[in-house]
Amino acid sequence: MSKIERRRRIEARLGGRHRRERWFRLLGITAVGLALSFLVLILANLVGEGASAFTQSKLDLPIRYEVTASPTGGAPDVRYPDVDYDALVLDALAGLLAVEPDRQMRRELRQLVSIDAGFVVRDSLGSAEQAPGARLTVTVPASSNVDMLVKGQLDRSLPAVQRPLSDRQIAWVDTLRDSGVLVRRFNTALFTNGDSREPELAGIRGAVVGSFYMLAVTLLLAFPIGVATAVYLEEFAPRNRWADVVEISINNLAAVPSIVFGLLGLAVFIDWLGFPRSAPLVGGFVLALLTLPVVIISSRAAIRGVPGSIREAALGVGASRMQVVMDHVLPLALPGVLTGTIIGMSRALGETAPLLMIGMVAFIVDVPTGLGDPATALPVQIYLWSDSPERAFAERTSAAILVLLGFLLLMNLLAVLIRRRVENK
Amino acid sequence: MNMTTVVLLLSGVGIAAFYAGRSRALRLGGGIDAARHLHSLPGYYGYFVAIWATLPAAFVLLGWLLVRERLLIAWVVTGLPESIRELPPGQLDLLLNNVLNLAVLPDAVAADPVIAAATEHYRAAVEISQWSVAVAVGALAMLGTWLALRLVRPGFRARNRVEAVISRFLVAASSIAILTTIGIVLSVLFEALRFFEQVPLHEFLFGTSWSPQTAIRDDQVGSSGSFGIAPLLAGTLLITLISMLIALPIGLMSAVFTAEYSTSRIRGVVKPLLEVLAGIPTVVYGFFAVLSVAPWVRGLGEALGLDVASESALAAGLVMGVMIIPLISSLADDAIRAVPDSLREGATALGATRYETIVGIILPAAMPGIAGGVLLAVSRAIGETMIVVMAAGLAANLTANPLEAVTTVTVQIVTLLVGDQEFESAKTLAAFALGLMLFVITMLLNVLGLTFVRRYRERYE
Repeated sequence: MSKIERRRRIEARLGGRHRRERWFRLLGITAVGLALSFLVLILANLVGEGASAFTQSKLDLPIRYEVTASPTGGAPDVRYPDVDYDALVLDALAGLLAVEPDRQMRRELRQLVSIDAGFVVRDSLGSAEQAPGARLTVTVPASSNVDMLVKGQLDRSLPAVQRPLSDRQIAWVDTLRDSGVLVRRFNTALFTNGDSREPELAGIRGAVVGSFYMLAVTLLLAFPIGVATAVYLEEFAPRNRWADVVEISINNLAAVPSIVFGLLGLAVFIDWLGFPRSAPLVGGFVLALLTLPVVIISSRAAIRGVPGSIREAALGVGASRMQVVMDHVLPLALPGVLTGTIIGMSRALGETAPLLMIGMVAFIVDVPTGLGDPATALPVQIYLWSDSPERAFAERTSAAILVLLGFLLLMNLLAVLIRRRVENK
Repeated sequence: MNMTTVVLLLSGVGIAAFYAGRSRALRLGGGIDAARHLHSLPGYYGYFVAIWATLPAAFVLLGWLLVRERLLIAWVVTGLPESIRELPPGQLDLLLNNVLNLAVLPDAVAADPVIAAATEHYRAAVEISQWSVAVAVGALAMLGTWLALRLVRPGFRARNRVEAVISRFLVAASSIAILTTIGIVLSVLFEALRFFEQVPLHEFLFGTSWSPQTAIRDDQVGSSGSFGIAPLLAGTLLITLISMLIALPIGLMSAVFTAEYSTSRIRGVVKPLLEVLAGIPTVVYGFFAVLSVAPWVRGLGEALGLDVASESALAAGLVMGVMIIPLISSLADDAIRAVPDSLREGATALGATRYETIVGIILPAAMPGIAGGVLLAVSRAIGETMIVVMAAGLAANLTANPLEAVTTVTVQIVTLLVGDQEFESAKTLAAFALGLMLFVITMLLNVLGLTFVRRYRERYE
C-alpha cells in the first residue's frame, strides 16, 4: 500500500470519527439534561400541586350574639355552656343566603363549613366582651369540599351523585363567593395545627415540633460522639486492630440501609430497654446512629486538613498532645466539622423508614411537649397524608414537602455559607 | 422531682465545682502568682473537680433511666394479688398497660379496685423512686466534689488526670460505631433465629409463596402462613434492575460529560444541582411516584393497549432510577477524574479523538472504580424503602413483568412491623429474618464495592 493510499484511507475515516465524537458529546449533554429535567419536573410538580394549600377558603360569618344568660366566668370555652354554637353558624349562613332552612337544607348548609366552625364561634364569643344582641363577625374555615370547589379542583361538570356537593350547595358557594363572604386567605391552620382527619384542620405543627425534638437529640449525641471518634482515629489511634475494626465498622455503617437501623431501634431500644414507642427520644437515638458515620467521615477529613505545622508549633512550645488537639486542631477544623454535621442533620431530617419501625407513624393530633410524648416527624407526616384518599390531602402533602425542602435548603445554605467563610480566610 | 430538674441541678453542681476547684488551686498556689507553683493551669483543677462531681452521678442517673421502666413494673407486679399474678402473660400485660395508662392521667380513678390499687401503688413507686434517685445523685455529686477538692494541691497533676478522662471518652466514643454494628447483627440475628425455630430455613430460602398471615386462633381458615422469599427477592431484583437501566446510562454519561467535556464553570453548576437531586428525601420521591409517575405509566400503557397495574414495578423502578442517578454520576465522576492525565495526553498524541480516548482508554482504566460505584448503587436500590413502600405493591407476586405489581423485601419489613404486633408471632419475627437477609446482601455488596473503589484509587496514587 502506497503512502498516498494510506493517507487517503485515514482521511476517509475522519468524517465518521468526528461524527461519532459529536454524537457522544451530545449523548453526555442529553444525560445531564435529563437528570436536571427530572429535578425540575419533581420540583415543578410539587410547587404546582402544593402552592394552593397555602391558602384556605374561609367564611366571614356575621354571628348574632344573642346570649341572654350571663357568662359563668372562667375560660372562653366554658363561659356559655348552654349555647348551641352550631345553630348560630347555621343561622348566620341561612341569613346570608336568605333561605328558610328545613332539616335537609340545614344538613347541606352544615356541610359547607368545617366541623370545627362551632368551636371557633364559641371561642370568639367567649373572649369578646360585647353586649348581647350585637353582631360579631367570626371567620370560620370552609369544609374541604367547598375549599376544593373554590380552588377548581372539584369537577363541576360531574353528575351530582358523583360529586360530594349537591347542585344547591354549589349555587350557595357561588353566592357566598360573589358577596365576598367566602374568601381565600392564608392557611394558618397548616402551620398552627396538629394532624387531623379533616383536611381543612390538618397542620404540620406537631410533625415539625416532633422533628425538632428528634433532631435535637440526634445533634446532642451524634456531634460529640462523632467528633470524638474522628479525633481519636486521626490524632490518637495507634495503627492497630482496634482502629482498623472501628474504621471498617464506620464505612460499613455508612452504607447499611436505613431501615435496618430501624430494626435495631425496635429490637434494642423498644423491646429490650423498654423505651416508649413513638417517642422523639428513641427516634433521635436511631437517627443519631444513622448520621454518626456522616459526621465522623467529614470530621476526619476536616481534621486531616489542618496543616501539620500547627501541631508541631504547638508541641514545640510545650503543649500536651491533648492541648494541641483541643486548643489548636479542633478550632481550625471546626468549620469543616460543622458543615459535615449540618449535612448529617439534613439527612436525618429527611429520613422516614427507620421511624416507621419504631412506631412514629401513628395518628397523633396533639403537639408533643417533651421527648417522651408520642410524636411524628415531618417526613412521616408526608407519608401519612400521601396515603389519605381525600383530594384535599394531596395538596397538603405537597405543601408539607415544600416546607420540608425549605428546611433542607436552609440547612444546606448554612453549610455552604460556613464553607465559603472558611475558604475566604 | 422530674429528670430535667435533676439534670439541670447536676449541671449547676458541676459548674460550681469547677469554680471551687479552680479557686482552691489558686489560693493554695499563692494567689496571683499561682501559675508558677501549680503543676497544671488553674482551669484543669476546676475541670478535675467538676468531672468528679458530675460523672459518677451522671452514670448512676443514666443506669437508673435504663432500668427504671422494668423495675417499676416488677414492683407493681409483686404488689398484685396472687390470683392476678397467675394470669397468662398476655392478660397480665394488658392489665399492666391499663395501670400505666391510668397512672399518667392525674385524676383518673379505675373502676376495678385491683387496678385502682395497682395504679396507686405505681404512682407511689414513681414518686418514691424519683426522690430517692434525686437524693442519691445529689449525695454522690457532693461526695465527689468533696473528695476531689481534697486532692487539689499545688503539686497535684490535674492536667494528666483530666486528659486521661478525655482520652477514655475518645476511645469510648469510637467504640460506639463497633457497638452499633454488633447491635445490628445481634438484634437481627436473634430474632431471625427465633423465626427459624418456627419456620424451617429451607422453606424460607427456597419457598415460592409469601403470605405472612398466620392464624391467631386455631379455628381460623385460610391463614396458614407461608414464608418463601423467592417472590420478594424477584420483586426486589426486578425493581433494582429497572432502576439501574435508568440510572446507569444517565449517571455514567453525566459523569463523562462533567469530567471530560464540560468547562469548570458548567461543572460548578451541574454538580451541585445533581447533589440537590441526591438530597431530596426518599419520601418525596415516593410521593412523586404515586402522584405523577404511576398514573403516567398507566396512561401510557393503556394508550398502547397494555394492561398496567396501578402500582407497577415500572413506576417504582423509574423513580428509584432517578434517585440513584446522582450516586452513580458522582462515583463515576470521581473514578474518571482519578485516571491520570498522562493517559489522556498519550491518547491525544496518537491522534485519538476524545470519544476514542474516553471509550478506549479512560473508561477501561476507570472501570474498577465505576464497577464499585455500581455495586454501591445496587446495594442502595435494594435497601431503599420509602419509594417502594409508597409506589410498589403489597402482595407477593412471582413475575418478571414490569407492568405488574410486585413487592420487595423492604416493603414487607415495613408492612409486617407497622401497626399492632405481637412480638412472638412468626409474622413479626419474619421481618427480622428479612432484615438479616437485607443486611447480609447489602453488606456483601458494600464491602465488594468499597474494595473495588479503594484498590482502584490506590492503583493511581
